[in-house]
This record gives sequence, C-alpha cells and structure tokens, in this order.
Amino acid sequence: MSALEVQNAAKNFGGVHALRGVSLSLEEGERMVLLGPNGAGKTTLFHTISGNIIATSGSIKLFGADITRLAPDARARLGVARTFQITNLFANLTVLENILLAVCGADKLTFRFIRPLEGYSGIQARARGLLDTWGLSAAGDTLVRNLSYGEQRQVEVVMALSGEPRLLLLDEPTAGLSPAETLRVVEMVRKLPRGMTILMIEHDMDVAFEIADRIAVMHQGRIIAEGDEIAIRGNKEVSDIYLGVEETDA
Amino acid sequence: MGRALLIALIGAAAFAVLPALLPSYYLGLVTKMMIFALFAMSLDLMVGYAGLASLGHAAFFGLGAYTVGLLIVRAHVSEWIAFPAGVLAATAGGALFAALALRARGSYLLMITLALAQVVWGIAFGWRTLTGGDDGLPGIPRPVYFISLAGETAFFYFVLLFTGISALLLAAIVRSPFGRALRGIRESETRMQALGFNVWRHQFTAFVIAAGFAGLAGCLYVYHNRFVSPDFLHVVVSAEALIMVILGGVGTLLGPAIGAALIIFLEDFISSQTQRWLLILGIIYVATTLYAPRGIIGLYKEYTARKKQR
Repeated sequence: MSALEVQNAAKNFGGVHALRGVSLSLEEGERMVLLGPNGAGKTTLFHTISGNIIATSGSIKLFGADITRLAPDARARLGVARTFQITNLFANLTVLENILLAVCGADKLTFRFIRPLEGYSGIQARARGLLDTWGLSAAGDTLVRNLSYGEQRQVEVVMALSGEPRLLLLDEPTAGLSPAETLRVVEMVRKLPRGMTILMIEHDMDVAFEIADRIAVMHQGRIIAEGDEIAIRGNKEVSDIYLGVEETDA
Repeated sequence: MGRALLIALIGAAAFAVLPALLPSYYLGLVTKMMIFALFAMSLDLMVGYAGLASLGHAAFFGLGAYTVGLLIVRAHVSEWIAFPAGVLAATAGGALFAALALRARGSYLLMITLALAQVVWGIAFGWRTLTGGDDGLPGIPRPVYFISLAGETAFFYFVLLFTGISALLLAAIVRSPFGRALRGIRESETRMQALGFNVWRHQFTAFVIAAGFAGLAGCLYVYHNRFVSPDFLHVVVSAEALIMVILGGVGTLLGPAIGAALIIFLEDFISSQTQRWLLILGIIYVATTLYAPRGIIGLYKEYTARKKQR
C-alpha cells in the first residue's frame, strides 16, 4: 500500500487550470522532491494533499484511506504534517509555546479547560526535548517574531515534526535562506527517521538531489518527468524549462 | 504563580471587608462594578483570546436577565430554577448565535453579532404582552437562597462569590490547553488546522462559554436592579463592554475587570453631573485607541519595563 496516492488530481480557479490531472505515488518511507518553475502548480498540489484546497476532481489516498475531501485538521489527525511556503507561525508566542501547541495538537490534547498547560509535564518535556534535539533550546523563550528568518524556517520544520507524522509535506523549507542555513535545514531533513514519508517542494536542484529518493518535475499543472537524479538530469524537457530554452507552446 | 495567588487572596480579603467600610449606595455601585467586570471578562475571552470581535454581547446578558425576569414575574417559578435557567438560556443563545455568526471574521463578525443582538432587542422591545415592551419587567425581588439577599451587604457577597468563582474559572480556561489553543487560533487559523486542531469547534466553544458567563452577569444584574428592560439588550451595553475590554487591556482578563470598574464609576459620577455620558464614553474610547491601544494593563507593563531598563 502506498503512503500517498494522488490520482488524476485537478484544480481549477475559475478559468485557470492550476492542476491538470496530477498522479503520483509515494511508498512508505520514500522521499520525493517536487521541482518546477513558479506557477507550475506545486503549492496547489500541496494544498490539495494537506486539505487547504479541495481538488476539483481526482482522488487522494493516505495509506489507502480516501482523504480527498477531508478538512485540513482531520488530515493532520491522520498523520499529515506540513510547513508553509510563507512562514506560518504564531509570531506573538515564544518558540516553546509554538512547539507546545504543536505537541498538544499531535496528542489531541485540545478540549481541556481547567489544568494549566504548564501542568501537563509530559507535553512540556516533549516540547523541550524537540527544542533540544533540533538545537533551538537557547531560543525557547524568544518570541517567534524576534527570530531571524532562518530560525523561523527551522521552527516551522520542527513544528511539523512534533507529531511524528506519517506524511511530511515541506513547502520550500530552504527558500530565502543563506547557504549555511540551507545546509542546516538539509541536515535536519536528512536526520529524520527513515520511516517518515516526505514530499518536499524545492527550487534548488542540489538540495533536491541531496535529499530525494525520487524527483518529480512539474510544469503548467502537470508532472512532466519523474525519476532519480540521472533520469532527471538527462531529461531534455526538464533542462529546457530550467535553462529557459524557448517553449513551443504556452 | 504563588505571587498571583497571594494577590488574589489579598484582593478577596479587601473585597470581603468593603461592606463594613462603604455606605450602602457605594456598596451597590461596587456590586454593579463586579457584575460588569464579569461581563467584560466574558467578552475578553472571545475578543482577547479567541480573537472574535463581537458587538452583540449584550444579547447574552439580556437573555439571562429576561429569562430570570420572565420566569419570576410571569411564570412565578422558584428562584432556584429561574437563576440557572437564565444562565442556560444565555448559553443556548450563544450556541445559536455562534452557529450563525462564525462564518464571518473581523468587522463582518462585528456586524453579524450586532445584527443578531438587535433581533433580541427587537423582540424584547416589541413583544409587549410578554416582556412589557419599553416599560420592561418591574418588581423582580431579590432572591432568597437560604438567606435573604434583599440587603445590599448580603447581595454584595452573593455577587462577589459568583464573580470570584467565574474569574478563577476564566483565568484557568485561558491558561489551559484549550485557552492556549485559542491564542494559537487568533494568531493563525491555517497553522492550527495544519496541527490538527478543529478551529471552528474551538471558536464555537469559546463563544458559548463567553455567552454563558455574560448570561450569569445578566442574571445577577436583574437581581441587582430588581428590574429588566430592553436597555439591558441595547447596543450601547455591547459597545460599553467592548470599551471596558479595550480600556483595561485586551487579552488580560484583569484589565477588562479594571476597565469595567472604571467605566461604571465614571458613568455614575458623570451622569450625576451632566446628560452627556455617551459623549464622554466616546471620548474615552477614542483616547484609549489613540494613546493606550493596549489599555491600562499595557500602560502598566510599559511603565514597569521602562523602570527595569533604567
């Protein structure tokens, strides 16, 4: 059974065809990177998998269960975690508070009204443990809005990890980062448990080849190429798009 | 936490001796302050923590008050039933309003809550045979719960008990996993969804809890006044509550309670001098948003932060 099975997913925004029938399948523990120029439909595809957008047609299955029309929070409870292309954190809360909320969500610790969150020692310990593991302990009491952009991207990834998701969606986690910061995030992803299935959007080819078992290239709402590093590097259509060779149709 | 508990205990002790110190008129005024402090704190749960702006909070205050009034005056029901029924009616009203209004956000939510509250006001105003219309329902006696609460001192302790317990509950709620989730939702709904939180259900619950506490305040107020009229449901009451919250400090609970006490005191004082209370209220609102957008608590925090820097 595939961890993720997208079948013929399409999405129209009015007359704009953002997705024109995308199919892809990830085995459990597989790491796939989505490449493609701006406007190719990568983020739209992500949104249809995470539930922020419901596909116009097609189906999406998570470990065999149909999640095509589920709300984002229901998908999260089934083990889908994601980061956002534009940093989406609780800016006015501290790093620790951000991670605490993530751990609460993962543990389904939601409708508890009386005991203060500080009193849940297991949750506190797990949140602090995550900060330790990913080298963010020193920033624990810092408000997220006062972090550097690079650190915010790391918090974003740690947040997605805190529920030990079955499927992790990373939307350009290295976008806008310095080479050193990019390296840190790549290291983070490489250190993740091998059983975790990962789908990642990435613009940087080197990062993509570093992380991915398999690569899919999107263009104009379709997957135009799929395979390992050699196959992708050798694909003429891909190099045309990336090297900006004149296109035959628009 | 230990310091907060100490302050709470000292505060409770200070309140407990008030009846020995104050003449009965001012004791009644403090009682009214406590009722509105509870009302403002309930709104703060919605506005300050869940990030849901409301201009219709008086609806729940009035639903509680009218339920008690109608059950006592029209149905001659025992006060043991009328009082909890008032809180229950406000809570149920909150559930209905939340279901209708939570499709909208921001200023649209403000408009919808205002419109819904005006419907309740319209019913209270228009259904003369039931509610007495503009004249309201006079002659609601203060209840007897083991002892008579007719006197100002006994009633003061009655209100102190309910406001105190409610304040502790609300303070617990905002620190609980649920309260923290509300703050997360206020910051980013999409992020909370991605973490597996059912955002709507959290907002709905916060709305209903806030309505319940507002209803409790309304039930206390109808006993305080021995009277209920459509004024309880008026948009001015909703706006006043919002100003109490903003003046005190949004999202602090203590701030709105202070804001409520201040507004009630000023209203009493200024109304005895001039007819222009609403004008003054408007000026207070404008001055607060311009010069102290984070309210009295915000000013205090800035002050202590500056002192620490020196």
